[in-house]
Amino acid sequence: MATLEIKNLHARVAEEDGEQILRGVDLEVKSGEIHALMGPNGSGKSTTSKIIAGHPAYEVTDGEILLHLEDDDFGDLEIPDDARTWNLLELEPNERAALGIFLGFQYPAEIEGVTMTNFLRTALNAKIDEREELLFGEDDEEEEEEAGYDTSPMEGNVDDGEVGVAEFQKLLKEKMELLDMDEKFMQRYLNAGFSGGEKKQNEVLQAAILEPSIAVLDEIDSGLDIDRLQDVSKGINALRDEQGTGILQITHYQRILEYVEPDHVHIMLDGKVVKSGDASLASDLEDKGYDWVREEVYEAA
Amino acid sequence: MSSDQDHLKETDTEARFEFKKEQKAAFVAEKGLTEETIRVISEDKDEPEWMLERRLRALKQYQKMPMPTDWPGQPDLSKVNVDEIVPYIRPDVEVRGGVDDWRDLPDDIKDTFDKLGIPEAEKNALSGVGAQYESEVVYQNMQERWEEKGVVFMNMDQAVQEHEDIVKEYFMTKCVPPSDNKFAALHGAIWSGGSFVYVPEDVTVEMPVQAYFRMNSEGMGQFEHTLIVAEKGSEVHYIEGCSAPKYSAFNLHSGGVEVFVGEDAHVQYSTVQNWSKNTYNLNTKRAIVEKGGRMEWISGSMGSKATMLYPASILKGRGASDNHITIAFAGEGQNIDTGAKVYHNAPETKSTIESKSISKDGGRTNYRGLVHIANGAKNSSTAVECDALMFDNESTSDTMPYMEINESTVDVAHEATVGKIGDEDIFYLQSRGLDDDDAKQMIVSGFIEPITEELPIEYAVELNRLVELEMEGSLG
Ligand SMILES: Nc1ncnc2c1ncn2[C@@H]1O[C@H](COP(=O)(O)OP(=O)(O)OP(=O)(O)O)[C@@H](O)[C@H]1O
Ligand SMILES: [Mg+2]
Repeated sequence: MATLEIKNLHARVAEEDGEQILRGVDLEVKSGEIHALMGPNGSGKSTTSKIIAGHPAYEVTDGEILLHLEDDDFGDLEIPDDARTWNLLELEPNERAALGIFLGFQYPAEIEGVTMTNFLRTALNAKIDEREELLFGEDDEEEEEEAGYDTSPMEGNVDDGEVGVAEFQKLLKEKMELLDMDEKFMQRYLNAGFSGGEKKQNEVLQAAILEPSIAVLDEIDSGLDIDRLQDVSKGINALRDEQGTGILQITHYQRILEYVEPDHVHIMLDGKVVKSGDASLASDLEDKGYDWVREEVYEAA
Repeated sequence: MSSDQDHLKETDTEARFEFKKEQKAAFVAEKGLTEETIRVISEDKDEPEWMLERRLRALKQYQKMPMPTDWPGQPDLSKVNVDEIVPYIRPDVEVRGGVDDWRDLPDDIKDTFDKLGIPEAEKNALSGVGAQYESEVVYQNMQERWEEKGVVFMNMDQAVQEHEDIVKEYFMTKCVPPSDNKFAALHGAIWSGGSFVYVPEDVTVEMPVQAYFRMNSEGMGQFEHTLIVAEKGSEVHYIEGCSAPKYSAFNLHSGGVEVFVGEDAHVQYSTVQNWSKNTYNLNTKRAIVEKGGRMEWISGSMGSKATMLYPASILKGRGASDNHITIAFAGEGQNIDTGAKVYHNAPETKSTIESKSISKDGGRTNYRGLVHIANGAKNSSTAVECDALMFDNESTSDTMPYMEINESTVDVAHEATVGKIGDEDIFYLQSRGLDDDDAKQMIVSGFIEPITEELPIEYAVELNRLVELEMEGSLG
C-alpha cells in the first residue's frame, strides 16, 4: 500500500519574480482511495498535479512531497527497508514515474511520428528498468554494447526490455478493450490529431498500462461525451479495483463523481486546500458554487 | 602527442567512430596543388591524354574562381586551404586497383570496417559492396548475374581504362562541368576513386549497389567521383555511405556525382554522411532526367564541420520526375547547409522535396533550395516541405526555399516550419518514465519519421543509428 503525502506545499513559478501559486497544500492519498480535488479556475489544482510529477516550470519554496511504499506495491518485488520512503522533490520526473506516480494531463501533448505502441512499450520498459535501479541500486553493469548493428530503432527500443513486443501487444489490446478504444489507435501517433475526448481516454489507457500506485487525473472528464465518460469511469474504477491504485481526481463537475465515487472531496482556493469532506461536499458545491466556501474560509480567518 | 590525448578524451560515446589507424600508404603525393601534382596523379593512374587535359582545364577553372563567401548564413570556408591537403593517398594493398574478396583486405582495413559495423548487417543485405578506403577502391564485388545482364559496377579509375568511350562522353561534360562551382572545379582536377555504374536498357538491378567511403589520413582530402548511367527503362538504387574518424587537422571532402537517368528509367541515390567533425564536406551532385524518367535523392547529413550539398535534378524530358528527401543534423560547431535544386525544363514534370533538419548545442542548419520552372514547362508541379527543429536557444535554423516560376499552368505547393523542441512534450514523455535523453530522442525520431518510413529499410536503420549516436554524443 502506497501513500502520497503532500505537506504544506508552497510553490512559485520558477522565473525571476515568479508568481507564488501554491500557499500551503496538504493532501494525503493512499492506494485504493479515490479523492476528488475541486476548486475555482486558477486556484492551483493543475499546478499541484504538475509539481507532484516534477514539472520544471515550478519551484517549491516550502513543504514536501513524500511517497511511502509497502511490500505489495510492486507485485512480488520486495522493497528494501531503506527504499520505502521517498522525497519526490529530489527525484526526476521519470524516477517518480518509476516509483508509481502517474499524471493524467489536463492538456496532453501531441507527439508526431511516435506510434502509441512504440511509445507505451518503451515507457513501460523504461519504468521497470528505472524502478529496479532506484530500489536496488545500479543494475549489474549493463552489458557492453557490441559494435555493429542490433535491432532497428524503428521497431522500438534497441534492447528488447522486460516486456517483449508480443506480450505487450496482448496487454495493450486487453486494456483497449476495457476502455472500448478502437484498436486502430495502436498505430496512430501519440495524441496527434486525437479529438479532445480521445486524448483523455488515452490518458486513462496509459495509466492502465503503466499500473501506477498513485494516479493524479487532471480534468479527465472534461470534453467527454456521455458514453465515453462511462468508459473512462470504468477504466478509473478498474485501476483502483484491480491494481489498487490511489486516485486523485481533479474535476469541476459532479457528473463523473457519480460514476467514480470519491471517498474524499477537497476544495482548493487560492493555492490552498481549504476544506475537505466526503462525497456530499461535491453535491453541495454543485448546488451552491464556491462563494459560500470563500465566505466560510475568510470569515474564519 | 597532444592531439592523441584530445582524441582519447572524446572517445567514450562514439568510440567506434573515433579510432585511427596507423597510416600505411604506398604513395603520398606532395603537399600543394600545382599542375605538376596533377600530372603526377594522372601519370600514376596511367590515364589517357584526354583525362589529363580535363584535369588541367579544371585546375585552371579552380584557380580562376572565387571562394563562395556571400551566401546568407553559409558555412565559413576561410579555413579551407587546399594546398595543405595531401590530396591523394593509396592504401597499401598488394593488388593494384583493389582486391576481389573481402578476406584479402589487409587486417587493419577490415578492422576499420568492422568497427563501423558495416560487414555483418550490410554484407548480407546487400549484394554488391564497393568499399573505398582512403582514396582508392580496394574492394569491389559484384554478383555474377548482374554481369550477365551487362551491368557494370567498378572503380571509377578502372572505368576510365575499361569503359573509356562511355566515361569520355559523360565524365564532367554535360552534367557537372568543372565551371559549375569552385569545388566542382577542384574535384575535376584531383578526383580519384569512386564508382562507375552502368545499367543497360530495360535492366532492373534488384539489390542496391552500395559503396562506403572512408577517410583515414590526417590532412587528406577525398575526391571520389561517381558516375551512374542508367539506360532507357532501367532501374537501380545506389547507396553511398560515409564515415570518418576524427582528427585534429581538417579534412576536405569534395566528391562529384553525376547521374544520367534515361527515358523511363528510375534511379535512387542515397547518402549517409557522417564525416568527422573537422571535415569540410563540399559536394556537387546532379542528375539529368530524360522523358518519363525518375530520380530520387535521399540524403542524411550528420557529420562534418561544414557541409554544402544541394543535389540537383534537371528534368529535361516530358513527364520526368524528381523526389528529394533530406535529413540534416547539426550539433556543436557544425553548419550543415543542405538543400535541393530542381529545374523543370519540360512539360508535365513533377518534383517533391521534403527536408527535415535538427540543430542543437549551437549548431546551425540551413535549407537552401531552388525550384526553377521554365517557360513552357506546362502542367508541371512541385511540392516543397521543409521543417526545422531546434533543441535550444543557441541553435539556429534557416530556410531559404527559392522559387523561380516562369510558367503559369503549374501547381506549386510550399510549406515550411521552424520550431524549438517543446518543453511540455519532453515533460509529458518523462512523466511516463522516459529519461530526459530518451524523451528527446523519441521526439527527434518522431520528427524524422515521416521521412524514414519512406526509406529502404537498411538505409533507415543506418540513419536512425547515426541520429542516435549524435544524440548520445551530445546528451550522454
Ligand atoms: N508556468 C506558469 N507561469 C505563470 N503563471 C502560471 C504558470 N502556471 C500556472 N500559473 C498561474 O497559476 C494559477 C493556477 O493555475 P492552475 O493551472 O494550477 O489552475 P487550476 O486550478 O488548474 O485552474 P483550472 O480549473 O482553470 O484548470 C493561474 O493563475 C495560472 O495562470
Ligand atoms: Mg487546471
